Amino acid sequence: MGTMGTTNTPILRLAEVTRVHGSDATAVRALAGVSMEVHAGELVAVMGPSGSGKSTLLNLAGGLDAPTSGQVFVEGEAIGALRGDGLARLRRRRVGFVFQDFNLIPSLTAAENVALPLELDGQRVRRARRHALAALDLVGVRELADRYPDAMSGGQQQRVAIARALVGDRKLVLADEPTGALDSHTGEDVLRVLRERCDDGAAGLLVTHEARHAAWADRVVFLRDGVVVDSTGQPATADSLLEPTA
Amino acid sequence: MSVKLGLLALLAEEPKYGARLRAEFEARTGGTWPLNVGQVYTTLSRLERDGLVEAVGEDAEGRIAYRLTSTGRSEVSRWWLEPVDRDSTPRDELVIKLALAVTVEGVDVHRVVQTQRTATLKHLQDLTRLKHRASAGDRDTGPDTDSHDTAWLLVLENLIFAAEAEVRWLDHVETRLAREASRPRRRTSGTPTDEPTDEPTNERGPGHEQGQPTTSEKDHHRTTA
Repeated sequence: MGTMGTTNTPILRLAEVTRVHGSDATAVRALAGVSMEVHAGELVAVMGPSGSGKSTLLNLAGGLDAPTSGQVFVEGEAIGALRGDGLARLRRRRVGFVFQDFNLIPSLTAAENVALPLELDGQRVRRARRHALAALDLVGVRELADRYPDAMSGGQQQRVAIARALVGDRKLVLADEPTGALDSHTGEDVLRVLRERCDDGAAGLLVTHEARHAAWADRVVFLRDGVVVDSTGQPATADSLLEPTA
Repeated sequence: MSVKLGLLALLAEEPKYGARLRAEFEARTGGTWPLNVGQVYTTLSRLERDGLVEAVGEDAEGRIAYRLTSTGRSEVSRWWLEPVDRDSTPRDELVIKLALAVTVEGVDVHRVVQTQRTATLKHLQDLTRLKHRASAGDRDTGPDTDSHDTAWLLVLENLIFAAEAEVRWLDHVETRLAREASRPRRRTSGTPTDEPTDEPTNERGPGHEQGQPTTSEKDHHRTTA
């Protein structure tokens, strides 16, 4: 795990990001001066109680929301400078989302769902399908390519959603409680897939309240009242805590 | 449980000498309970004294193997049949520490909780890494590998469950403290009927006391907290 090493430019960088909803007396500070980086090959988990700002953080990272102050960089580019088209392109080309409820389009097959962001980005259908099949292969559900979501289990749908998030050369996957609707065994399988995609060079930001799932990450960041209060830091270099004398 | 019962269980399979007992005990429990050879031999001589094992004789290298006596055999059988006595489980330092932290003046309980949570999550990350590796099947192969791998995974998963439970309990501690802090101090009025019941408005965790937005959050699984 985490064997990729890190490159100099993080895939995701948040610099002193603050998000305030409303103004004056009714202003609510959802995030306050949060800075963090997620590099290629890294999976970072964000934990915190309800209302701590986890989802706001994810929305800002994916350009679905804009910070009140501070900057968000995706692959080195400040996304605050992007407007309409630019933001849409960013979301199609560089960022993938995975949600609790899978969010696959029911009238499209697995392969069509995965190919969709590429087609929306103007790629030819056949080429998009080829990329989609490769992405499905990487998450271990190549054989489900022509199935519709309602003919798949929750775990399979979530694998397809991960494939969609990372199809083409997208490197950033933002996952909001991706295991929330799954039983614990299936949830773990999904985390394992996410982990492997990150080991292969993707950067992952995972929001979860399940410690057992957060533990698949290289780093766990604790958010409270919009502030990062602690982090588990870099993974231990020691191979095993159970073999202290080895 | 004592080392004693573990060794008896291993000896029930076939006679073994000390060093092999130690190696097998550790291999099968994933090294979660490291033994030293001295401990094993001390235990064996005590078991011999109590009539639970007997020496079979020396092998060519001068190692003394032991086997179970019939008393020893029934001791093992009883162990498999009886539940583990939870009353004799060692007391948990963390529970004591937090119970004291909330009562001793001037302790930053939230900090105690967060420090522990971070440490426990690090532990959980380490365990998860070990599990990932173990289930990826890149461990040494050899005889009995399958059943030993399963044993090792089960031990790891037990530790994972325990660590997870600890984190959940820490979350619960914070939620409860936040709830207590936001509750009007009715107790001073002195009527026992004022004994507070759960207030639904505070049900969703400490973040809400700060008036944070809830719409963007998906924490309905937190109901266990």
